[in-house]
Amino acid sequence: MAQSELTSADPAARSPSGRTTIDPDEVRKFSAIADEWWDPFGKFKPLHKFNPIRLAYIRDGACAHFGRDRRATAPLEGLSLLDIGCGGGLVAEPMRRLGAAVTAIDASERNIKTAMAHAEPLGLDIDYRATTVENLVEENAGPFDIVLNLEVVEHVADVDVFLETSANLIKPGGMTVMATINRTLKALALAKIGAEYVLRWLPAGTHDPRKFVKPEEAKSALTRAGLSVTAEAGVSYNPLMDIWRISDDTDVNYMLTALKG
Amino acid sequence: MSDIQNFDIVIIGGGPAGGLAGLALAAQGFSCAVVDAMDPAEMRAAPFDGRTSAISYASARVFKRLGLWDAMAPEAEAIRDILVTDGRAKSRFSDGTVSRFFLHFDSRELGEDQPLGWIIENRVIRDALFDAIAAEDGVTLFAPARRAATKFNPGEAVVDLADGRRLCAKLVIAADGRHSALRAEAGIKTNEWRYNQTGIVATVAHERPHEGFAQEFFLPSGPFAILPMTNNRSSLVWTERTAAAPAYMALNDKAFRIEIENRFGPYLGPVTPAGPRWSYPLAFTLAQTYVAPRLALIGDAAHAVHPIAGQGYNLGIKDIAALTDVLAEGRDVGLDIGALTVLQNYQRWRRFDSASLALGTDLLNRLFSNDFGPLRFARDIGMGAVGRVKPLRAFFMRQAGADLGALPSLMAREG
Repeated sequence: MAQSELTSADPAARSPSGRTTIDPDEVRKFSAIADEWWDPFGKFKPLHKFNPIRLAYIRDGACAHFGRDRRATAPLEGLSLLDIGCGGGLVAEPMRRLGAAVTAIDASERNIKTAMAHAEPLGLDIDYRATTVENLVEENAGPFDIVLNLEVVEHVADVDVFLETSANLIKPGGMTVMATINRTLKALALAKIGAEYVLRWLPAGTHDPRKFVKPEEAKSALTRAGLSVTAEAGVSYNPLMDIWRISDDTDVNYMLTALKG
Repeated sequence: MSDIQNFDIVIIGGGPAGGLAGLALAAQGFSCAVVDAMDPAEMRAAPFDGRTSAISYASARVFKRLGLWDAMAPEAEAIRDILVTDGRAKSRFSDGTVSRFFLHFDSRELGEDQPLGWIIENRVIRDALFDAIAAEDGVTLFAPARRAATKFNPGEAVVDLADGRRLCAKLVIAADGRHSALRAEAGIKTNEWRYNQTGIVATVAHERPHEGFAQEFFLPSGPFAILPMTNNRSSLVWTERTAAAPAYMALNDKAFRIEIENRFGPYLGPVTPAGPRWSYPLAFTLAQTYVAPRLALIGDAAHAVHPIAGQGYNLGIKDIAALTDVLAEGRDVGLDIGALTVLQNYQRWRRFDSASLALGTDLLNRLFSNDFGPLRFARDIGMGAVGRVKPLRAFFMRQAGADLGALPSLMAREG
């Protein structure tokens, strides 16, 4: 009598507004990729594992800086946020749910379409754009209360130029959170060889270790961009417990919080 | 015509698991709907469910923290001691000798002034839950309401009721019991072990006080438990070979009383059956997964264990407390509570725990429902060892109290 479908395409349940500008063929194609991005056991498993840690770090940092109650239903309500290098939207979506008005960019058109395909049935209004920080500055976009640079600087050509350009997109009084991988032997062993070749968490070749950035370099680049670094935290993995947590150990993964005066 | 209501979570099943889940989740700020096909008045009526539940002290903390305990405490009998005995029923072939090896678990050995657990009639639990749900704005009860169809869409789950109402939510929780229809509809398979045993459940009144002692006799036909209840009553859980069970069920009160006394021994004085008997075939069902996109299984829908160790509802309570933590943590960082990214944490936390208990209980039953001489001898030695070593006893008591391992915040010890 009763029946269920695990995957259903009931159009009535798709979009609360009922309106969409997306071509259904495109949606199908990118939904499949989105499923990959959002599969907690799939290709992006490590990202899902430590996502809650960095989301909590960003939430707590933003609540402290902007004087918000982090227990509120939507603690970031009324704040504008830019997520640079948003990928499939793993950070953009939660930030939208926490109340922020989110703009999320990625240089890859494919990533943006994937992220849009995932957010659409969830009814999350996120301004996804396939563009770069340089273009945003040119277009006079923003500025934003919060700018996120998560796992991006290790992939850019020039860290200094990138961070300076990004800093232009922060409102005076705003904040930025940056997360990346340190350039240490330990990071090379764990984040590059361990994650890519041993555990096969990431596709081989994901990271070029020469592009890993030391915290001192990142801090001085942020300072040169006119920001003041206020917090630094390590993100450590415990392989026995299979959990990530915030720590003082910045040897591998670390995050920095900086404010614009 | 369309009557659509939105919730964070829709819970299918308004029994002890579903009702408690609604209240625990509402306390964390989730808006919940609880759907049950039956009329609450019917579920609260005495003939509906004459069983009792053992509530471990870790489970009792959940009721206390949700403000439910005060309503239950006057009708909860504390278990101060547990006696486990290997025995034989008195019959034409046996004088009912009880092995000299037995285990005595004394709550005072844990050094905390609390009982090992409580025995509570299910109707008391149901009353406390329904009363609390009526007073809780965060839980809306849809009962009696038949579920017509459930869809798990990418963005939300949709539960259509037979009366045309539609409930939308980010997550659906299946709390619809051992034969969970929702679990089957979602295509989640189960592993099932059937025992050739039937549990006969009855309440008896007796002359002498039980002094808070719970007794478990391991008889060849299966375990026979006497659990202390309020007002000089005890609850019997009598496991019998399925072939023999109907005959015992059909006995008149006098004959039934004699059978009970043959197993009880004389320690409670003359006993009188108080209320009807129920019988349940014993089976052990374990869902192959506890989660699917926008669906989580709790309680008997996830795992229905043999009642031998009194852990059935306690496992469900731990599911609820763990799921509440996982969902609240996910929501607090902005994650989608219906997505596997969040739900897999619940699966990781609970499935191994309940699977190992289920298998342990199964083993215990196989070990004890046996009259094979060498096996009897071996288990008597084992029981004797546990009986003499205090840390081992404390371990078993904490295990039975569900007070070991990573505890969800609703169950955590004070401080």
